[in-house]
Amino acid sequence: MTRLLQPEPTTTGPEPAVTADPPTSDGPVPAPSDEIEPSLRPILKKDFGYEQARHLLWRAGFGGSEQQIRLLASWGPEKAVDYLLNVDKVSYPWPEPDAFDKNIMHPPTAEEREMYRRAQRAQDEDTLAELRAERQRREQEDRRQMRDLQKWWLKRMIETPRPLEEKMTLFWHGLLATNYRTIENSYHMFQQNQLYRKHALGSYADLLKGLIRDPAMLAYLNNNQSKKEKPNENLAREIMELFSLGVGNYTEHDIKEGARALTGYTFEDDGFVFEKKNHDNGVKSILSNTGAFDGDDFVKIILAQSACPKYITRKLYSFFVADVPPDERGGDKELPPAQRQVLRQLASSFGQSGYQIKPLLRKLFLSQHFYEARFLNDQIKSPVMVAVGAVRSLNAPVRDLTILADALDLMGQNVFYPPSVKGWDGGRSWINTSTLFVRQNTLAFLLTGKKPQGYDSSADTQKYDVTKLLDNADGDSLIAKGDVEAVADAIQRLTLGWSPKAGRDALIEFAKSNGGKLDDRVLMGMLLLVTAMPEYQLC
Amino acid sequence: MTTPNPFTRREFLKSGLVLASAAASVPSFINSSALAMSRAAMGLTSIPGVPEDHILVVVQLSGGNDGLNTVIPFGMGDYYKARPNIGIPEKDVLKLSGADGIGLHPQLAPLHDLYDDGILAVVQGVGYPNPNRSHFKSMDIWQTADLGATGDGWLGRYFDAECCGYGKGESGTPEATSADTKPQAGGPPGIAVGRTAPLAMEGRKIKPVAFESAELFKWSGADIHKTLRAPYEALNNRTQGEGPAARKGSNAEFLLRTALDAQVSSDLIRKAVAKKPQTAFPNSEIGRQLGMVASMIRAGLKTRVYYVTHGSFDTHSAQGGAQGRHGQLLNQFAQAAKAFYTDLKAQGNDGRVLTMSFSEFGRRVAQNRSQGTDHGTAAPMFVMGPMVKKGVIGDHPSLRDLDEGDLKYKLDFRGVYAGILEGWLKADSKAILEGSFKPVQVTSAKA
Repeated sequence: MTRLLQPEPTTTGPEPAVTADPPTSDGPVPAPSDEIEPSLRPILKKDFGYEQARHLLWRAGFGGSEQQIRLLASWGPEKAVDYLLNVDKVSYPWPEPDAFDKNIMHPPTAEEREMYRRAQRAQDEDTLAELRAERQRREQEDRRQMRDLQKWWLKRMIETPRPLEEKMTLFWHGLLATNYRTIENSYHMFQQNQLYRKHALGSYADLLKGLIRDPAMLAYLNNNQSKKEKPNENLAREIMELFSLGVGNYTEHDIKEGARALTGYTFEDDGFVFEKKNHDNGVKSILSNTGAFDGDDFVKIILAQSACPKYITRKLYSFFVADVPPDERGGDKELPPAQRQVLRQLASSFGQSGYQIKPLLRKLFLSQHFYEARFLNDQIKSPVMVAVGAVRSLNAPVRDLTILADALDLMGQNVFYPPSVKGWDGGRSWINTSTLFVRQNTLAFLLTGKKPQGYDSSADTQKYDVTKLLDNADGDSLIAKGDVEAVADAIQRLTLGWSPKAGRDALIEFAKSNGGKLDDRVLMGMLLLVTAMPEYQLC
Repeated sequence: MTTPNPFTRREFLKSGLVLASAAASVPSFINSSALAMSRAAMGLTSIPGVPEDHILVVVQLSGGNDGLNTVIPFGMGDYYKARPNIGIPEKDVLKLSGADGIGLHPQLAPLHDLYDDGILAVVQGVGYPNPNRSHFKSMDIWQTADLGATGDGWLGRYFDAECCGYGKGESGTPEATSADTKPQAGGPPGIAVGRTAPLAMEGRKIKPVAFESAELFKWSGADIHKTLRAPYEALNNRTQGEGPAARKGSNAEFLLRTALDAQVSSDLIRKAVAKKPQTAFPNSEIGRQLGMVASMIRAGLKTRVYYVTHGSFDTHSAQGGAQGRHGQLLNQFAQAAKAFYTDLKAQGNDGRVLTMSFSEFGRRVAQNRSQGTDHGTAAPMFVMGPMVKKGVIGDHPSLRDLDEGDLKYKLDFRGVYAGILEGWLKADSKAILEGSFKPVQVTSAKA
C-alpha cells in the first residue's frame, strides 16, 4: 500500500506563476488597499511543532501517523505545506479511464428503439416484458458498479500519497453535489469524480466551465431537458445559489436569463453535446450584462462578480479551518474582526489569481491564523475523516471496504449519494446519539477486526501491530521503554492532539489494573478507550 | 447490497438474555425515579396543550404495496377483468361490515379481527397529484410531504416544531443545530428501528435515533474486554470538560454533551427491549420490530414517534393471489400488528398508540404478463388503535375512470397526515406540512 511520505519531495520552492483566463469584465474584487492582516503572515519555523504538523496533516489531508507528524514537524512549515500542495510531484498512478464499464447504462441503440416501437404497436406484451426485464437487469448491474466505485474511491483516499488531492475532490463533491440515485448512471458519477480530481487544486474557473459540460450534473439538474422553447431553470439556479454566488447576489430574472443561456447544453452517451437547434441564441441580460450569451458567457459573467471569490473562499475556509456563514450578511458580525479581515483578504487574492486554488490554500496553510489555538482540535470529523483518518493515522489495516462503505452510510456520508444538491450540512449535523455509537464501533472494528453485528461472524484476522504505534522514523520505540504515563500522553497526543487529564487518568488506570505491562492487549485497550472518547471525533 | 439478517432467532434470544440479566440487577425504584426525572428534563412534555402521552407508530410498507389486492373491490367486475390470474375470488375475501363491495385479503385475517373490534380503519384511495412512479422519488414525496420530494421529513418538522417552536429557515425550521436542544433524558423524540433513520424523521434540529437492534446501540469495545467498560463509561459520562470542551459553545463541549445523551438513551432503550413482551410476537422481521416498539412503550420512554419498515412489496412477477408471496407479506404484517395491539392492551397502553401504515405507491390496475403488477398510484392506508374512527374512510377509486391504466386518487396523503397531526398529536398541521390540507378525520371526536 502506498501512503503519504515515502519519497522526500524533490523540490520545494515558490509557486510557479499561475496563468488562467482572467475574468472578462470589471475584475472580481478591487485591489486590497488595506495592509496585510497580521495573522495572515506566515507561521515561523520555531512555532511549527508536533501539534501544528498534526493539525496540518488532518486538515489538509486525512491525518498522519506518528512518523509522518514528526517528519513534517522537522521539515518546517514551508516544506511541509509545499509537499502537501504540489501533488503532481508525488507519483501516483492515475486511475485507468477503463477502470469502470461505460456501457452498462448505454442509451438504447437504434435497433433497440425500433424493436420497442414495433412491440408497442403490436401490443406484444411478451417482448415489452423482456425489454423491461433487460432494463432492470442493467440497472442492477449498474448499482453493483456504483458500489465498486464507492469502494474504489474509499481505497484511493486511504492509500493515496497525495491526500490533499483526494480531500479537495471530496470538497468539490460536497459543494457541487450530485446524487447517483437520481441519475442512475455509475459511469457518469465516475466521470464527475475524475473532473473534480482533475481540478482539485487547479482553477475553479476551469472547473465551473467543465461543470456545465458534465453529464452527471446536466442530468441531475435537468439541463438535458432544457430547450429554447421551454428552458429548465434548475442548473442556472443552483449554479448561482449554491455553486458560485450565494443567495442575495442574483435575481429571479438572472436565473431565467441564465437558463436561456444554458439551453442546448446536454450530453449524448458519455460526452457533452451542444445542441444548436435547442439553444436560445437571442439576447439575454444577466447580472447587468447584455448580449447573445451562451453557457460559457454565463460562467464568465458569474466569475466576474465580486460575490463569487467571497463565496468560494468561505466554503473552503469552512472546510479547512472553521465554520463561517456563507456570506457577510449571514451573521458575520459575530466573527472577530481579524477573522473577517482574513476572509476578505483571502477572497481578494483568490479573485485576482483567476481563481487558482493552490496559492489560496498555500497562503492559508502557511498563515499564523490557520494554527490559532481555538482552531486546533475543534473541527468535527466528517464520516470519511473518521474512517479514512483512522486507517492512515493509526496505520490500521484497511480490512473490509464493504463494511467501511456501509459504516460511512450509517454515519451519514454515503459518498456519491449526498442528500441533496446542497451536499452535506456537515459540522454538528454529523453527530447524534446513533451516529456517535457507529463512529466508536467503526473504530473498534478497524482496530480489532471484530465485525459489527449483521455481518458474517468470522473475525477479520489481519493482524494490527499496535506496539509500533508510537515508533519514530529511527525505529526508536517509546512503548518499548515501558513508561505507562509517557505512553498514555503520547497516545493521546497522537489521537486527540493533546492529553486531557480525564483520558490520561483512565488510560493509566486501565494499564495499571491490567498488570502495567505495555503488551499488545493493554495497548489495544488503551487505543480502544481513547478512540471512544468524545474528543476523538474532533480534529 | 444484501445485508445478512442479524436476527436469527438464536442471536436474539442470546442477546435478550444478556440484557435481561443486566436489567434485573437494577432495583426498580432507580428505574422509576430515573424516568420521573427524565419526564421533567424532557423538553417535549412542557408544551401546554400537547398530550404528552400520545404516540404515533408508522409502519412503512416498502416497495409499493398492491392496494387492490390488499383492500379488494370484489364488487367491481372490472377488478376480475383486469386481474384474471391474481385476483382474489370473492369467496375468499374477508368482507368488511358496513362497507359494500370491498373486503380484505384473506391473509389479513388478524387485521380483520381488529376491524371487527373497532380498532382498525381503512382509508381508501390515498395518493397525490401527478404521481411519481419511481420508488425513491415517491418514497421521498411521502416522507417529506412535499411533491418536489425536497426538504426535511414531515415528522422531523413535527419534532422541530414541538421542541423549539416553528421558526424561520428554508423549510420553516430553526437554523441552529442540535447544540442547544434540551436533553433527551427520557429517550429521543423519534426512534426508527432499522439501519438508518428514514428521511421522514429527519428534522433540521431534532434528529431521530435509529438502530437495527439494541445490541448495536452501544459501544462494541466493551465486548472485547470486560475491564474496558468502566473506564469507557466514565469517559462518556463527563459533565465537566477540560481544554476546548470547557469553552462554552465549542464543538468539544457539544460532543461531550451528546456522548452523555447517548449513554442515557442507550441504557434506557436496552433496558426497555430487554424485557420480553407479554405477548408472543411472530418470528418475522416486522414482528420483531413491533415487539421492540411495544417494549419501549411499556418501559415508559417519552418517545413520541416510532417508525418500522416491512417489505419488499415490489411484486413485478409471480405475486400470487390468495396464497403466494404478496399474501405472505400481508400476513406477516397483520400478525405482527395484531400481536402489537394485544400486547399494548395488556400493558394498558393501547389507548395511547395510533398506528398508521403506508406505501410509496400502489400498483397498476391490470396484472402484467409475469403474473405480477407494475408501479401504480393510489392505494389504501390502515389506521389502528382504539381511538380511530371506526370503519372505512373515503370512497374506493373507480376502476373505469382511470388515468392511463392507473387509479385516480381520492384523498391526498397530506390530508391524512394533517388529520393525524391535528386530531391525535394536537399539532399545527399547516405549519408542519407547510400548506393547508383539509384534515382527513381518522380519529374519533373524543381522541
